[in-house]
Amino acid sequence: MDMNVPKKKLSLKEKYSHMTRGLDWEPSYQSKDDVYPYAKYEGIKIHDWDKWEDPFRLTMDAYWKYQAEKERKLYAIIDAYAQNNGHLSVTDARYINTVKLFLTGVSPLEYMAHRGFAHVGRQLPGAGPRVACLMQSIDEIRHAQTQVHSLSNYNKYYNGLHDFRHMHDRVWYLSVPKSFFDDAITAGPFEFMVAIGFSFEYVLTNLLFVPFVSGAAYNGDMSAMTFGFSAQSDEARHMTLGLEVIKFMLEQDPDNLPIVQRWIDKWAWRGTRVLTLVAMMMDYMLPKRIMSWKEAWEVYFEENGGALFKDLARYGITMPKCIEDITKEKEHLSHQAWATFYNYGAAAAFHTWTPDEDEMNWLSEKYPDSFDKYYRPRLEYWRDEAAKGNRFYNKTLPMLCQVCQIPMLFTEPDDPTKICYRETQYKDDKYHFCSDHCKAIFEHEPEKYIQSWLPVHQIYQGNCFPEGTDPTAEGFDPLAAVLAYYHMNFGRDNLDFEGSEDQKNFDAWRGVATSND
Amino acid sequence: MQMDLRTVSIKPLRNTFDHVARRLGADKPASRYQEGTFDMQAAANFHYRPTWDPEHEIFDATRTAIKMADWYAFKDPRQFYYGTYTLARAKQQDTAEANFNFVETRGLAAMLNDEVKATSLKLLVPLRHVAWGGNLNNASMCAYGYGTAFTQPCIYHAMDHLGIAQYLTRVGLLLGSEEELDAAKDAWMTGDAWQGLRRYVEDSFVLKDPIELFVAQNVALDGLLYPLVYETIVDDVLSSEGGTAIALLTQFMTEWFGETRRWVDATLKTAAGESAENKALLEKWTTHWRDRAASALMPVAQIAVGGRADTVVAEQVEQFNTRLAKAGMTV
Amino acid sequence: MSNVFLALQANEDTRAIIEAITEDNPHAVVHPSPAMVKIDAEGSLTVRRETIEALIGRSFDLQELHINLISLSGHIDETDDELTLHWNA
Repeated sequence: MDMNVPKKKLSLKEKYSHMTRGLDWEPSYQSKDDVYPYAKYEGIKIHDWDKWEDPFRLTMDAYWKYQAEKERKLYAIIDAYAQNNGHLSVTDARYINTVKLFLTGVSPLEYMAHRGFAHVGRQLPGAGPRVACLMQSIDEIRHAQTQVHSLSNYNKYYNGLHDFRHMHDRVWYLSVPKSFFDDAITAGPFEFMVAIGFSFEYVLTNLLFVPFVSGAAYNGDMSAMTFGFSAQSDEARHMTLGLEVIKFMLEQDPDNLPIVQRWIDKWAWRGTRVLTLVAMMMDYMLPKRIMSWKEAWEVYFEENGGALFKDLARYGITMPKCIEDITKEKEHLSHQAWATFYNYGAAAAFHTWTPDEDEMNWLSEKYPDSFDKYYRPRLEYWRDEAAKGNRFYNKTLPMLCQVCQIPMLFTEPDDPTKICYRETQYKDDKYHFCSDHCKAIFEHEPEKYIQSWLPVHQIYQGNCFPEGTDPTAEGFDPLAAVLAYYHMNFGRDNLDFEGSEDQKNFDAWRGVATSND
Repeated sequence: MQMDLRTVSIKPLRNTFDHVARRLGADKPASRYQEGTFDMQAAANFHYRPTWDPEHEIFDATRTAIKMADWYAFKDPRQFYYGTYTLARAKQQDTAEANFNFVETRGLAAMLNDEVKATSLKLLVPLRHVAWGGNLNNASMCAYGYGTAFTQPCIYHAMDHLGIAQYLTRVGLLLGSEEELDAAKDAWMTGDAWQGLRRYVEDSFVLKDPIELFVAQNVALDGLLYPLVYETIVDDVLSSEGGTAIALLTQFMTEWFGETRRWVDATLKTAAGESAENKALLEKWTTHWRDRAASALMPVAQIAVGGRADTVVAEQVEQFNTRLAKAGMTV
Repeated sequence: MSNVFLALQANEDTRAIIEAITEDNPHAVVHPSPAMVKIDAEGSLTVRRETIEALIGRSFDLQELHINLISLSGHIDETDDELTLHWNA
């Protein structure tokens, strides 16, 4: 038809520009500062939001189409896994404890990321970042829900997952991931982007997901593998957003550099502290190992992160100061963390155990400079004591770091035989830290960190007992009261794997599945 | 040995998570909507106050004047969690894509009479800015509202508004060119017909109460705009003048409004049904924003129906009031 | 020059994509691991639509990559025809 003059075909970039920033306008009936009230108080200077480079250019129609395809595939596998009792095909029942840690510790953070990106997407005054942040917000509710839906099947057959939301807001070790995200979301919108978008998503997420997901694949957990990889397919978009935010802030004004650098330093440390749980999972909790924490750190941080910081050097960004200490810690982190959970196994919602001989040999091989010297003897002692019927459970409460909230379990960077303690005075109180880095974070913003809801302090103050508990009553058992407050079932969710209900059920069910009786 | 795990019959220890069971009143199998929604938001022991809003906790029910004994009393009648939401929208976008293709390949845009085409461009293209505003406002409701049962549909609604803004952009590009987008933006910024509506949208941007914002955006503005523009003007007026092609291009919006109003109505009904105070407040907000929306839409309606705008808008208000009455509100 | 990388799920959809990438990027190194494939390349890596289309015999939208993408590193340039990852230093 000759009337139908062919139109100029718009490039992906032009089309996307009309579909995002073309929609935006400068308000005049209300001031921009009132519409975006949180855009300036952190001191970040932005002169031209149009300089923002969109990392990926997905319009909503394409988003719906591709995401629906991912969801269709994912739920088909979740359904098949549940119908076929897929949980009985994992390597051994100890594996399921990684899933418990994940659901109670990580999935609630995915939800927080959903709300956090809704907030930041709402507050950043540029159309490009708004769209990218809101897309991330809706992706993150996807991750929270696909995790809950995948792991729902484990909850039906195993203990410790039954009240994950309740536990996340209360249990002592879960205050580590919880306070991490609370810290990010209560910061300003730009700091949130550096904390979560850049430091966590870009620099550290590979360390969480790739080992966990490959670990799931190695240990026969098809459902965790599938939600993990499916979630990761969104991460590629999230990572590029995180990187773009950093470049954008640094290109907009030289005054932003010191602020951004301080945030990178802070959040590299905060994030790595949270990953302590992953280190322990990789080295101790996966029955079939994929790689050691140390190796994962070397591939995903030292190699990749190294390339990234080399690239950012042209803006004046330097490698975070804490990396030197983290590099020293990689020899020790997982061993110290597992020992702590083994100690406090009566107050954890997953099972702990001592590694068997083969596993200890694997650890010796992976950690030739530290495992045999510092950690094997202690594990062997505990193993022998347990065999004699003296399984050790620590009944006192540990001192926690005011910032990362991890018990004081880390050693001095240059002396693995000496626990690292730091302290500082603020107003009338003394505050304690696990490291120079946590101490520095506190000292920069003491008014923020004195608010920390520290689980041990809260227990001592009597805030962690079920309503109506009388701690002065005859025969009051504080541990039992705290576990009741956590909704943790003594003898089912906690204690050693050996002799647990999980172990017995798994063996019995698999026995039924593999015999002809 | 090959195991056939499927043949094993084992009895589960429990049917769902405890927090879900507490809400269902018993440990029974729960839906994915329930497991993906109930208590997903943190509700206790927040560590720090937001530096951007130290008066409130991170999630804080007192950001709104509406009071609920239980914020999980809200229920999305569509039972959307992410998976069902994206599948539903993927299907709709498939239809929309087919419609756009149909109009484009058959050259239907070129066959429209000039008047219908000009009216469509003048009316529809500036509305992409209104939808962009709806995106911002629903992001606010999601961020500052309380409880996943309320906030979850808001993020879906936010992304829907973005999708609609993008479909309207495509309408502009299909019927016209990039210049049409610029012209519509000028009209939005300075044209007399649009200033009332732009003022309304910008005023809504500074509302702090997430439920009042819900009323201003999702109940009042969209509740009048969508039936007015897509049902009355596009589907009736323009179609009768040979503009059926336009109705094909906006089918997504018509269906979307029909679907989403069920959620909007259910939310109002639950909040108003909670207490007389809630009901009075919602009625006050709705009346205020409805009146502002109706007068802001008057000059917009005139673009298409000229002198009949008064009657057409009055009819919309009438239908709106009837709809609200079904949700238990007198406005 | 540092390495960039692209990690994809290992499945039927990605078989041709990986083949196309190795064809277009002779310097790329492919590392298979459980259920995934990581492709490292020094300096930059380009995914080309036409090469993939020639291998799969149908039209391919580069955004379809999102379905099977696991992770990546480097800066991104995305057009209708190519997706490039690169470092500037």
